[in-house]
Amino acid sequence: MVDMTNYAIKAEGLTKHYGDTIALDGIDLAVPEGSVLGVLGPNGAGKTTAVRILATLLQPDAGHATVAGHDVLLDPTAVRRSIGLTGQYASVDEQLTGRENLELFARLLDFSRPDARARATELLGQFGLTEAGDRRIKTYSGGMRRRLDLAASLVGRPEVIFLDEPTTGLDPSKRDDVWNLVRMLTAEGTSVLLTTQYLEEADALADAITVIDLGKVIAHGTAAELKQIVGGRSLQVRPTNVRDTADIRAVLSRITGRPVEEPTRGLLTTPIEDEKDFTDIVVDLAARGIPVTEIALKLPSLDEVFFTLTGKGVPDDAPADLDKEPVS
Amino acid sequence: MTSTITLPDAIEQRPPSSLPWARHSLTLAGRSVKKMMRHPEQFFDVTLQPVLFLMIFVYVLGGAIAGSTHDYLQFVLPGILIQTVLFSTISIGVNLNTDIKEGVFDRFKSLPIARSAPLVGATIAECLRYSITIGISLIAGFLMGYRTSTSVLDVLAACLLVLVFAWCLCWIAIWLGMVSREAGSVQGIGFMALFPLTFGSSMFASADTMPGWLRAWVNVNPVTHLTDAVRGLLTGGPVAEDAFIALGTAGLILAVFAPLAVRAYRTKA
Repeated sequence: MVDMTNYAIKAEGLTKHYGDTIALDGIDLAVPEGSVLGVLGPNGAGKTTAVRILATLLQPDAGHATVAGHDVLLDPTAVRRSIGLTGQYASVDEQLTGRENLELFARLLDFSRPDARARATELLGQFGLTEAGDRRIKTYSGGMRRRLDLAASLVGRPEVIFLDEPTTGLDPSKRDDVWNLVRMLTAEGTSVLLTTQYLEEADALADAITVIDLGKVIAHGTAAELKQIVGGRSLQVRPTNVRDTADIRAVLSRITGRPVEEPTRGLLTTPIEDEKDFTDIVVDLAARGIPVTEIALKLPSLDEVFFTLTGKGVPDDAPADLDKEPVS
Repeated sequence: MTSTITLPDAIEQRPPSSLPWARHSLTLAGRSVKKMMRHPEQFFDVTLQPVLFLMIFVYVLGGAIAGSTHDYLQFVLPGILIQTVLFSTISIGVNLNTDIKEGVFDRFKSLPIARSAPLVGATIAECLRYSITIGISLIAGFLMGYRTSTSVLDVLAACLLVLVFAWCLCWIAIWLGMVSREAGSVQGIGFMALFPLTFGSSMFASADTMPGWLRAWVNVNPVTHLTDAVRGLLTGGPVAEDAFIALGTAGLILAVFAPLAVRAYRTKA
């Protein structure tokens, strides 16, 4: 069957070695136009290396890739005209103000001075940074910096955007902020490749998820498909008073009919298949007047995903950040 | 680009400049200058150093070396000027080494601009620092009693000669900045290399009193030729041959190290 899909990103057999270390071992990635691909993997899996190759910052040792229809090796300039890159580390100039950064990138994208100014104003407004626009980046909070970083990658209205771990290191409320901005982008039809260490994030934002480990694709599918493979969600309850633990344990096991575990002291978890169980548990606990400090539905962590897919956990001795290994 | 929807491509963008490379480099030079202005302490070395060195060499050593501080000032000013400028060429390597780790260079690399533009931009901004050093040295020298005996054009030519030489030399520092892991090692290697180049020259004393082996080095040292050419342009004397050798060496350095630096920058992850 002929594949009629138009791809914003299509990569086949990308391979990259750093000396004896294999960062990428022949991975395939495909992002249909207008969709979001989540690339999920632990530190050192090769996520950043893949992004750097697709963004023409690195050359692969083998394999080929097209981005927005342009070959990354044969026509890197055309690729650069079509992409926006938001790195794992804020790639803006800390000594300059937010506005100066945006104007600088606009000028480098051949905007005229007035156009550059207008685009900077527009983006600052869009990202809620109008007030902070004339302050230097180094005075920004982590969340503001990510927003500016994201804005900076949109200056040239790119067709394809790379978001390399956009929320790593952000607290949950700031993370929601970034998620909303990403949703805003995708609603406009921009194609996105997003790397992340959180299944939750890929689930929230991506149309499809590719799981990679040690430079290889180990699973690909929609979030729902992956969740079926790795099992459902779990419910976490943290009692306010330790003496209520036994009572809560009884409520949980009665309603879910599944075993209840206490992975760390003062935290109870149980698998949950039916969302109605969640409501029932909340109502039951309230009726009994048992106070809890935390009650939440959790997706499987990356650790659990990996355990299911590879039969091993994320290795503790994984190199801290292989992706950043410099080329010798 | 702001009105993508209503206007066709042809008139939506401003007419493409014939030299986007030069325009991008200048835009990036503007960024570097802005950063310099926000860190005035970056100018300490280029402003205070020539003044301090002039005072030490002229008032402390000058009388003993040349019999009178004024005579020595007339002799040593071009040397101090050149020495300060050459030492300040190291900082670009140090700065780029740290700059690159910040990540903004990743974004530059992902933009459709020439890979050399961020480096060229940074060197253009450096020329501002070199010009300040040259200006301060001349003014400080003038206040201490230094007098030129040539035309204004000759003096300007002397300044330009130093500027061009320093600009070519700074590509070595950039290359070092690209291949060194630590900013500190750029500084260390740079200083080690500059000591024999500056002190082993005709900057501070005539080579006549030096031992033969040292004289041999001093005579081939391009900094000697640069110093002698600048001396000639400021206070009279032969210029052409020394200037030719100095510029030739500088051109050679540029031809070797600029491509090396750009290549190292391209492959730096």
